[in-house]
Amino acid sequence: MLRLKYFLPVLVFAALGIFMYIGLHLNSRELPSVLINKPLPNFQLEEVRTNTLVSKDDLPEGPFLLNVWGSYCLPCLVEHPTFMRLSEDGVIPIVGINYKDRQGAAQDWLDTNGNPFQFSVMDEDGRLGIDLGVYGAPETFLIDKNGLIRYRHVSVLDEQAWQEIFVPAIEELQREES
Amino acid sequence: MSRLIMILILGLASLGPIVPVYAQVDTFEFDTAEQQQRFRRLSDEFRCPMCQNTSLTGSTGGVAEDLRREIHRMIMDDWTDEQIEQFMFDRYGDFIFYRPRLRAETVLLWFGPLIFLVVGGLVIFNIVRKSRAASAETLSEEEQRQLNELLDRKS
Repeated sequence: MLRLKYFLPVLVFAALGIFMYIGLHLNSRELPSVLINKPLPNFQLEEVRTNTLVSKDDLPEGPFLLNVWGSYCLPCLVEHPTFMRLSEDGVIPIVGINYKDRQGAAQDWLDTNGNPFQFSVMDEDGRLGIDLGVYGAPETFLIDKNGLIRYRHVSVLDEQAWQEIFVPAIEELQREES
Repeated sequence: MSRLIMILILGLASLGPIVPVYAQVDTFEFDTAEQQQRFRRLSDEFRCPMCQNTSLTGSTGGVAEDLRREIHRMIMDDWTDEQIEQFMFDRYGDFIFYRPRLRAETVLLWFGPLIFLVVGGLVIFNIVRKSRAASAETLSEEEQRQLNELLDRKS
């Protein structure tokens, strides 16, 4: 019993060390979203190509992806092939939020790189972005059948992230439904 | 010569800004000085979600600009501080606050140091008490008699 007492500081130090070691390897950019399991916010924004007004009611039936992108955003180019493949193979509907961009530049970007989105709404002043807790492109939300936000992915969604995170998450959603 | 350079340097330095320069260049208009002060105070209290180590006041990040604009709008619409804080919390969570709210998830953050202080205090209290007890220990009558006996035997 006496021995244990003398080792207590060492044990406390070891516990602290473990926590700090874990903390060292956490990605501080990936903030937990408070919007998980909350419904998407309402919006009424123009579509980037057609200028038609689009609202929450025009969104596809879930599960679908909501991708925050911008023509100025280099990481968006990195994840772009993944979205192109997903859309070409008809894996899952993808809707874009053209975040704090200029319409001309956004249209050019889609023409040059291809358009994986069913449509993209123009969030020029970032108001919808704020309602979604976005802090910069790219970010991708997974929306379920009931229009609830189920997962939020910060930064690039490449093939690896798709396979390791999104595929299991979508399977989970399908399991819930059945 | 070196004196001349010195004067030149001092002269140039005095041209520099006297008030601290903030990175933001927004030109928000307010009706009252009080509104402006509230804006300052609130932008100082929220952390920029993008740059993470700067307040909204000091950040040039796109989202910080937008959030300052929202704060301005809310102040002009006469929102209370609590309403503005709730607005931020609903979207960005605890992270947005430099002083996180007291909730189940943040209890450890707030009182963790206090726990360490109390535990440490108890340990020190114990050590001190024990050493006091040890030094102040007096012999019982029986022990004193035995001691005297031993001493007597020796002589």
